[in-house]
Amino acid sequence: MTVQQRPASVTLGPVLFNWQPEKWRDFYFRIADEAPVSTVYLGETVCSKRAPLIEPYYAEVAERLQAAGKSVVFASLSEVLSRLDRKLAEQICTAEGFLVEANDGSALLHLKGRPHHIGPLMNVYNERTVAFLAGNGAQNVCLPVEMPASAVGALCQATRDLNVSIEVQVFGRQSLALSARCYHARAHGRTKDSCRFVCEEDPDGLELSTLDDRKFLTVNGVQTLSYEYLNLLREVPALRAMGVSRFRLSPHTIDMVEVAKIFAGVVAGGLGVEEAASRLEAMKPSAPFANGFYYGKPGYTWNGASAV
Amino acid sequence: MPETYTRPELVCPAGTPAALRTAVDAGADAVYCGFQNETNARNFPGLNFTPAELEASLGYAHAREAKVLLAVNTFPPAGKFDLWRDAVDIAARLKVDAMIVGDIGVADYAAKTYPELRLHLSVQAGASSPEAIRFYCQAFGIKRVVLPRILTVAEIAELHSEIPCEIEAFIFGNIGMMAEGRCSLTNYATGLSTNMDGVCSPAADVHYEDDSEGNLTTRLGPFMIDCFAGGENAGYPTICKGRYTCSANTDPYYAFEEPISLNLSALLPDLMKAGVTALKIEGRQRSRAYVKAVVAAFRKAVDDVMAGNAPALANLLALTEGHRETQGAFRSKAWR
Repeated sequence: MTVQQRPASVTLGPVLFNWQPEKWRDFYFRIADEAPVSTVYLGETVCSKRAPLIEPYYAEVAERLQAAGKSVVFASLSEVLSRLDRKLAEQICTAEGFLVEANDGSALLHLKGRPHHIGPLMNVYNERTVAFLAGNGAQNVCLPVEMPASAVGALCQATRDLNVSIEVQVFGRQSLALSARCYHARAHGRTKDSCRFVCEEDPDGLELSTLDDRKFLTVNGVQTLSYEYLNLLREVPALRAMGVSRFRLSPHTIDMVEVAKIFAGVVAGGLGVEEAASRLEAMKPSAPFANGFYYGKPGYTWNGASAV
Repeated sequence: MPETYTRPELVCPAGTPAALRTAVDAGADAVYCGFQNETNARNFPGLNFTPAELEASLGYAHAREAKVLLAVNTFPPAGKFDLWRDAVDIAARLKVDAMIVGDIGVADYAAKTYPELRLHLSVQAGASSPEAIRFYCQAFGIKRVVLPRILTVAEIAELHSEIPCEIEAFIFGNIGMMAEGRCSLTNYATGLSTNMDGVCSPAADVHYEDDSEGNLTTRLGPFMIDCFAGGENAGYPTICKGRYTCSANTDPYYAFEEPISLNLSALLPDLMKAGVTALKIEGRQRSRAYVKAVVAAFRKAVDDVMAGNAPALANLLALTEGHRETQGAFRSKAWR
């Protein structure tokens, strides 16, 4: 192989759910002390009403993570609509001293000409989009969760001369949709304005079942996620060979330090894929694993490694 | 003293050349359509235009002073960009009146290659704030933004003063609950992507089952989307309009939205005052009869408002999905 590969690492995406602020802080303290991740994304990406709850802890959490040698990137709000949303997006994007991950078009305006990351809730599907965003200042792009392996490989191939690293989510519930309406509030007969933060009851999201009692989706405020947890552990070597250099874990209440150790072992090559996979399966998350999008199949499905 | 309005453009859907002619004849100022492939967000069997049909349709529309807008508004996955590039090349060669784009890469290609080609920003781009819209205007010279169906009329009026381009707003038709261009629910259930393949709830994956008691179950892929008692009006199964249960709601409920259609006919004067340049009717997948009835009704309504009269709207309820209608987010943000 002649192409020089970027060093590979595991990253930790932002907590998507409404965790109690102290629990949120302590989660990151433990990540700082124990998790083998290179980059930690911080910030409220789902609901601007939640942002003030964790803001008091940003400074000490960022400091602790950086002291532990981890890069800190602030993730911007994904659905920017109200005055409050717009203010929050602008505040995050113009904060001094931190890289920002853009999750909507307004962030692209604020971040123009400055180094930044592009989040998985932006639609980056092809090399021409990556090239344009690189010209705007993007250094790292986390691809949409629904991208099949064929497109991931083609994108990496076509962008290897750009100074942009490619990141892919490999663990955790998959974000499937965003809305202006809060479905958590709706489930409780409230509206977004009168929600009284009912989403805090569900630290891994609120599971929806079909009328024949099959678990289907997970509601998290204005976001809809999969019921299943994405698990691309067995696909890490193939993604690595394509040119993906950053492997993102999306936080859940399951022991994320252990999840990070398992993935980091496979990414670094010291831990065999089969042993890692059985360790991850033994952790028994609250829902089954899925990897369908990677194989160009329905996103809820689980496919053997030979399916590609 | 009667209020004065700027005459808005009535933008109407056409899934076929025949529907395009119908819409033009019924009074459309502009008609929008797409090619027969993944490059547009209504990539349904039996729908859309060949390049030759688009060329002939442009002739028909222009002879009657109507415009033709081409939607190239999906997101090309790496390795397939050529299909979208071809669509842009054809649009430029045939001189469509505007091309509606969603993907940054497609917009960049079009803006750099054909600076004279007028670009509209598709609702699929999900630009819901003045900052996002300004980003696209600065980057690609976007002349008009199609707004997501999640803003109130008051918010649209405010937005109008903060952006350098025209506004197109949906006034009638199917209303999706999820932010357009940001929904992978269909791909999750079927393996076909709304963003990459241009499909939402594809018919090939839809199943209807009757049980012995006369109940009708609808599914998308393996997932039950709804179950209708005998006599209930059964809707087409789209995930965001299904009934589900959860720990907070053990009785079946519409977790996202009820199967209803958008109808802003009563808000027409307000929208026109808010600075909306173009009023858009959804429904490229609908029949010619539907297009004719809806376009004619809104043509008359807009003309009534322009003449200073209250818009006398025909009853369009029978044409709406589930025969129920809503003003959605447009009237009040309590909808959220």
